[in-house]
Amino acid sequence: MTAVLEVTNVKKSFGGIKAVDGVSFDVQEGEILGLIGPNGCGKSTLFNCILGQLTPTDGEVKVDGKIVTGLRPSELNRLGVSRTFQLLQVFPKLSVRENLILAGQEHQGNMMSRLFGPSDAGLSAAADQMIGFFKLDHLATEAAGGLSYGQQKLLDAAMAFMGGPRLVLLDEPAGGVNLTMLGDLKERLAAINREKRATFVVIEHNMEFVMSLCTRVMVMAEGKLLAMGTPAEVRANPAVIEAYLGHCGIDP
Amino acid sequence: MTATGKYLRIALGIAVIAALIIVPMNFNRYGLYILSQWAVMTIAAMGLNLTLGYAGQVSLAQGAFVGIGAYAAAIMTTQGGMPLIAALGVAIVLCFAIGWILGYPALRVQHHYLAFVTLAFSTLAFLVFRNEDWLTKGIYGISNIPRPNVMGFATNRPLPFYYFCLGSLALVSLAMWWLIRSPWGRAFVALRENPVRALSLGIDTRRYTLMAFAIGSALGGVAGTLYAPLTQYIDPVPFNLSLSLDLLMMVIVGGSGFFFGPFLGAMIAVLLPEWLRFTQGYYLMLYAVAVMLLLIYSPTGILGILDRYLAERRTKAASALRAVAKSRLETAP
Repeated sequence: MTAVLEVTNVKKSFGGIKAVDGVSFDVQEGEILGLIGPNGCGKSTLFNCILGQLTPTDGEVKVDGKIVTGLRPSELNRLGVSRTFQLLQVFPKLSVRENLILAGQEHQGNMMSRLFGPSDAGLSAAADQMIGFFKLDHLATEAAGGLSYGQQKLLDAAMAFMGGPRLVLLDEPAGGVNLTMLGDLKERLAAINREKRATFVVIEHNMEFVMSLCTRVMVMAEGKLLAMGTPAEVRANPAVIEAYLGHCGIDP
Repeated sequence: MTATGKYLRIALGIAVIAALIIVPMNFNRYGLYILSQWAVMTIAAMGLNLTLGYAGQVSLAQGAFVGIGAYAAAIMTTQGGMPLIAALGVAIVLCFAIGWILGYPALRVQHHYLAFVTLAFSTLAFLVFRNEDWLTKGIYGISNIPRPNVMGFATNRPLPFYYFCLGSLALVSLAMWWLIRSPWGRAFVALRENPVRALSLGIDTRRYTLMAFAIGSALGGVAGTLYAPLTQYIDPVPFNLSLSLDLLMMVIVGGSGFFFGPFLGAMIAVLLPEWLRFTQGYYLMLYAVAVMLLLIYSPTGILGILDRYLAERRTKAASALRAVAKSRLETAP
């Protein structure tokens, strides 16, 4: 097994607040790592540091052994690192298919071929396949802004996979999604993980979702790494119960 | 429904093009001048529509680029004795390069802050046109700008020159249509709607922002190279800030981010004041009130009204379909 993502002692402060305070971990190929912790513990900030949206105050991020700290998000994306956002981030005026083509087009050819080549950058078939995979068939030509919240969440996730990424960071993919659709989403993510050997890091508050999908779970509290282990280990960890899960949390 | 819609649109397009070719044949000199001006301003507004409407970057400098193009054409064809096509090449390259540089502030500031930066550039360009006598002849202006020969046809008379402008507009429209439906066009829209998400999808927002400015400005230059032989005399006054504001208004009134917005916007800005001339002193007032009322009623411009109407019809049709499907489900055993 090789580490797809290695994070070493990453720190990020905003003024006097240490949002992320020396976090180190790695993610192996094909793994689904869950990242949980109370609100404001630095999960999203850590994501933004890894993905180049923020520059870490200190520390190092490696993807496939290559140092990527300080790269722009667009450069990182073209190295095969993709993400979804906590809040909805689809392009409302474009159709579902256009959203997906947009999500993949910068991985095809170069600037010149994108100007003079075909309008769909050769991605129509791939987009339709993704639409089928996420069961959005009847919505392909609808404007993304007209979809329900849950459908937009599915589209958001689908967009992250258009570039054929090696590593995908998902920020609360289950937030605000109804139960049926949540099952769909989980099953789809697991299938992509199996078939494409895509590696995931998932921030999520839905414990059932995290515990059943993830192979390993990492817990953050106050900017620091609190615990790391299999879902069962983390669930049984007294420090985690104290800081996050609570005593009468979920059924064992 | 969509098939008939498509044929209707094609028929309408052919009718409009035919009208633009045939109707002006018995126009007088002044009518043709106004119509040529419409074609030229449409090209400049299309450039701004790319920068502002599609890529979402505010610019108050489009008039300055029309000026740069016009001066390039005037200087090169009068003093240099060169053909207009050479001036066109120079204007495009020059405006593209300056537009690219003007795009850099857009990487740091947005919206009205960006508007102020471009406004400063507009003023700067005007000062250069007015004060650099050695190059632009300052307030005396440049006269006797020749009209070009296009493939052996002289365009000295108003009608051939109008056709020359119309042909140029057609070429620019085709190029713009291609650009908008290419992956670049999609990336420009992504830039406008959500630059953070665009960046996370591998879209080099920096390069596309600069491109949007550069291409939009280059089209301003193209319009300028047509403007100079149209009026045959240029001085700095037409290229002051009010031209940039006029062009901005054309884009917004027509419908910012709609392909045909600039055509309509330029028509209103160029033709409406002429049609309202019978009201004598009141025409500017009426014109201003009409524009205000329009923008209160529809902030997305004239094509925004049409777009809303069509979207409403689609939604109604879709919900009707859903209702039918639902009633079928309910009546099913």
